[in-house]
Amino acid sequence: MSRTLTYREALREGLDEELARDPNVVIMGEEVAQYNGAYKITEGLWKKWGSKRIVDTPISEAGFIGMGIGASMLGVRPVMELMFWSFHSVAFDQLVNNAACVRYMSGGLCNCPIVVRGPANGGTNVGATHSHIPEGLFAAFPGLKVCSPATPADAKGLIKSAIRDNDPVYFMENTLLYGKSGEVPDPADGDFVVPLGEAKITREGTDISLIAHGRSSIHALEAAQVLQDQHGISAEVLDLRSIRPLDQEAILATVRKTNRVVLVDESKPFGGVSAMVATLIQEHAFDYLDAPVKRVCSIDAPAIYSPHIEDEQLPNPRRIIEKVLSMA
Amino acid sequence: MTSDSPPPLDFAQSPINQQLTPEQKVELFTQMVRIRRFEQAGLKHYQMGKIGGFLHLYIGQESVAVGTISLGGPDDHFITAYRDHGHALAVGMGMNECMAEMFGKQTGCSKGKGGSMHFFAPDKNYWGGHGIVAGQTPLGLGLAYGLKYLEKEGCCLCYLGDGAVNQGAFHESLNLAALFGIPVVFVIENNGYSMGTSQERSSSMSSCLAQRADAYGMDWDVINGSDIYEVRAKTYIAMERARKELKPSLIEIDTYRYYGHSIADANHKKYRTPEEIEHYKKNHDPISVFRQKLINEGVITEDQAAEINKAAAAEANAAVKFADESPAPTIADISTDIYWESDNQTPASQIGRHFFND
Repeated sequence: MSRTLTYREALREGLDEELARDPNVVIMGEEVAQYNGAYKITEGLWKKWGSKRIVDTPISEAGFIGMGIGASMLGVRPVMELMFWSFHSVAFDQLVNNAACVRYMSGGLCNCPIVVRGPANGGTNVGATHSHIPEGLFAAFPGLKVCSPATPADAKGLIKSAIRDNDPVYFMENTLLYGKSGEVPDPADGDFVVPLGEAKITREGTDISLIAHGRSSIHALEAAQVLQDQHGISAEVLDLRSIRPLDQEAILATVRKTNRVVLVDESKPFGGVSAMVATLIQEHAFDYLDAPVKRVCSIDAPAIYSPHIEDEQLPNPRRIIEKVLSMA
Repeated sequence: MTSDSPPPLDFAQSPINQQLTPEQKVELFTQMVRIRRFEQAGLKHYQMGKIGGFLHLYIGQESVAVGTISLGGPDDHFITAYRDHGHALAVGMGMNECMAEMFGKQTGCSKGKGGSMHFFAPDKNYWGGHGIVAGQTPLGLGLAYGLKYLEKEGCCLCYLGDGAVNQGAFHESLNLAALFGIPVVFVIENNGYSMGTSQERSSSMSSCLAQRADAYGMDWDVINGSDIYEVRAKTYIAMERARKELKPSLIEIDTYRYYGHSIADANHKKYRTPEEIEHYKKNHDPISVFRQKLINEGVITEDQAAEINKAAAAEANAAVKFADESPAPTIADISTDIYWESDNQTPASQIGRHFFND
């Protein structure tokens, strides 16, 4: 039996279940405990689990993320909240040199079972410093895993997989999705997890494929509906869900089915997730393409503040529809 | 010294050193000599082109690793920066695997994937070997946090150089350690130079680096690194404070390196005088100082010391031979030890594409 939960509630339920399953899971971050979370993801968890399991840290990302990495090498399983993924830059040495490389540099003697999670999105009028979208950036480092759920069910299922994974998983959410509702399986029906590396067709179609992740995959669904209703175009939507590992087979399958593809990606165009997906398509499905691969990314500039215009810098249904129609 | 000054403390008489048997004292001496001989062999073969990249030698600082690590119990852990060979040998890693790592061989402690700066032995509570100045300090904090979380009575000795004290990550680590009551001992190995920049030119309040702990309400101490007895006596107090009281400390051990920041540091005789180096070697060399103490105590003879030296040199030479004759990693080896799940061929590793080679 499914219930309707918000993305926020689903994520919290996933965290709560993992706290119950494994006594070594510890949540740490700024305002995660007594304040109940800057975005209320962890609301109630401190009251339920106490100060050992839910740890408020100072505003000290390099310090506490490095601390979590060190603790993970001893077998603790920290789930660290970045209030915004944009703050990755002050902890970059820890996130990259230590978390991503320590296994390799030790010849496989160490591993680092951490999760770093938090929102990574534009669209909230908070300016360039708080609107970075680093999925592609971190997926570019071998040793790291990255995922980006778009729905409440995926948020819950993926956070549970991320916590159980024995490698570092960087989990990228979206503040504009936290309040969105969706069906989530009931815990009474069994342990619900979504594996890393598995994309999902969220709408079947035959004329063109829209491949996206995160909030862009929600935009792609809206665009697909308009394309069907107003233009008679049947668009298939593939939600990647996981960036690394990446479901290459699902990407190639939809391209082979529809022969046209638009990649929708909130990243900036240069080196974003869609740049990697486009490379894979041309390498492995070139002969199936009836048109060049096209992309809808954020407009290539630092994130603009202006509430009047920011939505136009990001992928949105209108931009996706226009791109699809331009290929006809 | 004026006639009415008190005599200097004799740290050989401190309780932790009084417990040492003659055999244990000889072992401390042997460990220091082994490190020096290992490093000398490394230098020679670096200059012969057998070792790539950087080589940060520990020569002159041996008493720090040997003295502090000799105090470790089963739940005490160690982590350091890139000048990591001394600590590796002191925790019990073999010369063979260490030399082979520098030679870039498959038999190296990190299979030739880490190199000189990245030695690890988790089975001996040794967590590296880290290349970025002060980047290891949050990790050391985290190891100690892990000990506390897992309710083990132990501590983490987290070593850093004097150049690392000006990095933000270190200060964040000090704050978190004191704030959370983490059983970590930060050990500044102060060899006077952050690469080519002297302490006076790099650190405010340059007369004392450990005093920065005051800003975090943390205990601190300064230690003469040329006396391994003093290193042990004072470090033991900090370790007990961590283990028993869950309080961190910052200790500064004054020491000296005879060679450059790395062997690639061609200027190391320009930013300091030859007289300065000679003065240290003559008067403060930790191995010479300890040898003389042991002779005076009747624990060892000149001949026995010479034998230990000879045996260490032979061991280092054998390690060179082992390294030289070991196989190099293969191209296939490049692609392992990246993900735990993939290395262990778990179900999770079978889902989705993990690697993106052409």
